[in-house]
Amino acid sequence: MASVQWHARVRKYGAELQRCRLDAVPVDLGDYHPLKPITVTDSRSRRGGRKGSTSSSSSSSSSVAPDPLSSMLEGTDPLSLFAAASASETPTLSHSSSSVELGRKRRENEEEVGADFEPWSAKRGEILARFTTTEKLSINLFMGSDKNKASSPSSAVSEKVRTRLEELDDLEEGSQRELLNLSQQDYVNRIEELNQSLKEAWSSDQKVKALKIVIQCSKLLSDTSVIQFYPSKFVLITDILDTFGRLVYERIWSMCSDPRPIPDSFSVEDVNDTAKETCLNWFFKIASIRELIPRLYVEAAILKCNRFLNKTGIQETLPRLTAMIRGIGDPLVAVYARAYLCRVGMEVAPHLKDSLNKNFFDLLASFRQIHGDTVQNQLVIQRVEIPVYLTLYSPAIHWILQCVAYRAPDVLLTEMMERCKKLGNNALLLNSVMWAFRPEFVAARATDFIGMIKDCDEAGFPKHLLFGSLGRSLACADPPESERLPILNEAWKVITKVRSPQDYINCAEIWVEFTCRHFTKREVNTVLADIIKHMTPDRAFEDAYPQLQSVMKKILTYFHNFSVLFSMEKFLPFLDMFQKDSVRVEVCKSIMEVFIKHQQEPTRDPVILNALLHVCKTMHDSVNALTVEDEKRSLALLINGFIRMVSFGRDFEQQLSFCVEARATFCNLEPVIIQLIHTVNQLAMETRRVMGGSHSRKTAAFVRACAAYSFITIPSLTSIFSRLHLYLLSGQVALANQCLSQADAFLKAAVSVLPEVPRTISVEGKQRSSEAFLLDFINSFLSTLLVVPDHPEQGVLYLVRGLLNMVQDYTWEDNSDAKVRVYISALPLLAAMSQESYLYTIPKVDSNETLYGGDPKFVAEISRLCETLIGQVLDHLKTLGREEGVRRQGSLAFSLFSTLLAHGDLRNNKLNQLAVNLWNLSHKNGHCDTRTSVRTLEHIKQQAQQPELSHLSDMLLRLSLQSRA
Amino acid sequence: GKFVNDLSICRASPIQLISSNIEVAKPGKVPGGKTEIPFEFPLQAKGNKMLYETYHGVFVNIQYTLRCDMRRPLLAKDLSKTCEFMLHCQPQKSKVQPTPVDFTITPETLQNVKERTSLPKFVIRGHLDATNCVITQPLTGELVVESSEVAIKSIELQLVRVETCGCAEGYARDATEIQNIQIAEGDVCHGLPIPIYMVFPRLFTCPTLETTNFKVEFEVNVVIVLHDDHLITENFPLKLCRV
Repeated sequence: MASVQWHARVRKYGAELQRCRLDAVPVDLGDYHPLKPITVTDSRSRRGGRKGSTSSSSSSSSSVAPDPLSSMLEGTDPLSLFAAASASETPTLSHSSSSVELGRKRRENEEEVGADFEPWSAKRGEILARFTTTEKLSINLFMGSDKNKASSPSSAVSEKVRTRLEELDDLEEGSQRELLNLSQQDYVNRIEELNQSLKEAWSSDQKVKALKIVIQCSKLLSDTSVIQFYPSKFVLITDILDTFGRLVYERIWSMCSDPRPIPDSFSVEDVNDTAKETCLNWFFKIASIRELIPRLYVEAAILKCNRFLNKTGIQETLPRLTAMIRGIGDPLVAVYARAYLCRVGMEVAPHLKDSLNKNFFDLLASFRQIHGDTVQNQLVIQRVEIPVYLTLYSPAIHWILQCVAYRAPDVLLTEMMERCKKLGNNALLLNSVMWAFRPEFVAARATDFIGMIKDCDEAGFPKHLLFGSLGRSLACADPPESERLPILNEAWKVITKVRSPQDYINCAEIWVEFTCRHFTKREVNTVLADIIKHMTPDRAFEDAYPQLQSVMKKILTYFHNFSVLFSMEKFLPFLDMFQKDSVRVEVCKSIMEVFIKHQQEPTRDPVILNALLHVCKTMHDSVNALTVEDEKRSLALLINGFIRMVSFGRDFEQQLSFCVEARATFCNLEPVIIQLIHTVNQLAMETRRVMGGSHSRKTAAFVRACAAYSFITIPSLTSIFSRLHLYLLSGQVALANQCLSQADAFLKAAVSVLPEVPRTISVEGKQRSSEAFLLDFINSFLSTLLVVPDHPEQGVLYLVRGLLNMVQDYTWEDNSDAKVRVYISALPLLAAMSQESYLYTIPKVDSNETLYGGDPKFVAEISRLCETLIGQVLDHLKTLGREEGVRRQGSLAFSLFSTLLAHGDLRNNKLNQLAVNLWNLSHKNGHCDTRTSVRTLEHIKQQAQQPELSHLSDMLLRLSLQSRA
Repeated sequence: GKFVNDLSICRASPIQLISSNIEVAKPGKVPGGKTEIPFEFPLQAKGNKMLYETYHGVFVNIQYTLRCDMRRPLLAKDLSKTCEFMLHCQPQKSKVQPTPVDFTITPETLQNVKERTSLPKFVIRGHLDATNCVITQPLTGELVVESSEVAIKSIELQLVRVETCGCAEGYARDATEIQNIQIAEGDVCHGLPIPIYMVFPRLFTCPTLETTNFKVEFEVNVVIVLHDDHLITENFPLKLCRV
């Protein structure tokens, strides 16, 4: 094809803009506008009051936009909806009214256990984790019949110590299994096996075997060897009992369900005779169990089944079982039996408070057993210390008291407390009272409690546990204001004397909350100092990281003002105790999270900056080759949050030197470096804004320093696109600040980096072609080049040529049109450059427009360049003539056509002819989008109406749509 | 059908208490498929005999059986089927006097002691709410260990059945433990009442029975086992009845 001649269309940007503008229409304020706040009138009726008094209130609120979640639920969230439903007295549907009435009354009376009652399931794990042993355990099961044993009461209690030989003999019978030397884990596994075999026996209809398993298991609860494991054993075995109770209940329930299921709130009349007889049989069987402890536990396990027999069964059985526990001599075994009975009672009949109270009073009545000879002898044999022994009681007594105290009136609680007071050695009870009673109740009497704690025997229950329990209550309920300081002083006086670092920190951690809640940094600082003092010797802190972290968390919850926080003398020394890297980083992260969340204003406070720089440096320094990407990202995010919050106001130099320091400190985290470059660029622009666009000698030097900062920082980045974009951005900033040679250097650097762009890059862990990113960048780069004046020492259009050369030499993907697309995109730039007055310029920067003043030589140079580019494009189009290329050919031809139409002077015949040819080429194979073609024709028609473009109407005649041959 | 009763004493020949015979179906053909023939007859003792509750003991066995015979024509065998049925006495109309009993057990109250001086000191008090017991109601009461020099190991309730029967050689007596229930385990708290509570086992108990030929009686033993394996037993005869 003969070489084309390029003539850029002359543009009058001002006039074009004027023409394109929409007519201004005055806006009526009452009209709809998408950004105007929407007023939502939201009226809802609320059900209030537990007694069911229904009050309806309408509220209207206006919000910026309706919250999608609340609008979905019509303003009421599902949880409160449930709560409202259960509290309200809205009659349920169809049921006969009398039974509904009855059911409702009963429900109200019972005050069923609510969500405010911490369930047993929440305690299980804690107990299992806390009461462990390394000693060997044993399980002794007699699976044979009970009868032969019953005949000789003197051998009632099986001998615990058996020689190995005897055991072997017994194994021969097959009825007895004694498992010795079990580790704790073995024990747990065995019990789980028993649980499984219980279920299996049940499902294979071996009900007698199932009962035997349960009896044997509950017998294990009378064995107090390896006493420190007893609470955990209790948990494991009562799990089995629960399973059994559920199986029996469900079985009998299903017997009543023929022909149709009975309601959950069934009455005795709904139960058929067969079911009743089966149920009665279970109770007779259990009543004949010889030994006290299994008989008690197994009957308690099926307590709920009394509902099948008569109305009053449960309320008669509970007191009887409660009294039965008096027969258990071992106080620990007895207290856990009480705990189980209370637990079953709370589940089945929470309204029967009397039995709960009776259990507690019986516990008090037999409390002296704990200090009796039998127990003492046992402890000597097992070599268990009294304080350790006493803590074994805590879970059970906590639980009993929690049941007793649940929704109990203050009068009752006061009475209970008084009764505890009267007993000697009552620290154990006191501890549970503080643990289980309402925090408000305890808080109001905190001073009393401290008095009682002081009166306790030193040798008995550990005092730090007592203070721990008190602290727990005070962490969520406030004592009278005047008593707070004395309470803290009294408590800390004791806590600081605790010798074991582990005991100390467990208690101190609890009290930190109270201190933070009511006092100032002075008191918290004192507490921190004390913690440091206790935890430093022998590196005790190494074993207490969770507690120390919790202390930190509590402080951060209450102190959001970081200048106050860091002015605490002991805060940083406290932070220094976290010496294990992973923990240290965790703690630093939590500090930064709180800072980012709560710091509202940018700060220059040196105390904060120094401290946080230290914190951030710790986080940064934790990064190594093994750090995963996510971790790096989250660390960088936190550090960036900090950097963004640093502002020295008008002291720009200080800000820059901060960035210099930060760059040195955070050099391993690329996102932070990027943030710093942005910060510095922003700083330069801020300086420009302050100076109103004209720099003084000083500020000019400063912005050049900023540019230098960016220029030497960018190369350290590994991400190529970050580098490209930052070069471009920094170049733009430099240009805006009239630093021409710096801008030139940035852009030149960008161009020189281009060849390094790999063909694929990793995006969110996936390999993607980089072509699209590269094209984006080049287009953006081209539009900047319009305003960059040519370097006086370099040739005309030095940067444009440089860029195009790089594009030419770049190894593009095979079968890619990217290079040609860049050429086509360069044409609008060149066309814009040849205008007399440019589309945009930078204030106080002379661009080529002024530099050359429309010099014909300059314009000719541009035209020559354009012609070369068009030639290249046309050559490429030719190579696409084959089968597989025709689609691309059509698309490229249409692109070039559009560019010629927009930027070329089509009065020139050759150019005009070229345009028509391109149109035809793009339509030749029918791959073009007809709608685009139609719209293009429309556009041309419109353009042709302007006098200076009237020649387009001639061309229009030559462009046809039906070129599909 | 035929109705027979056996009563065997001392392996002596069974005494027939009742026998009656009724025809439930007239001769004829039984149609194919399932045929149900309802029947009933009064339970009337023979002569001057009395009917007792069904009871299976060691010496004494009171059993009621029902036999159904089906006579068939010459060439086919007759069919016969026997099954046991239970007999419960009519509940007695009269009110039972519970007759409660209080007890105190100390080394001094014991009999059959070889060396009274070697016994540790203890005081155990208690009461049974009734010694005339209704068989369907549990035996109840309370027991307090007021003091004990030696720790207690276990306290148990032992239900014993005593059968006595007369025969040619005189009379035989047999005591069998039929249930043992532990009510205390370990060194129980002194001064705190421990409940006495025992359900009478359904299969092994019947109302106390006294006839000219034999007796079935019940007793409960409160058994206290001390830590040094001393065994202290206090015996209480019971009278069981059905109301």
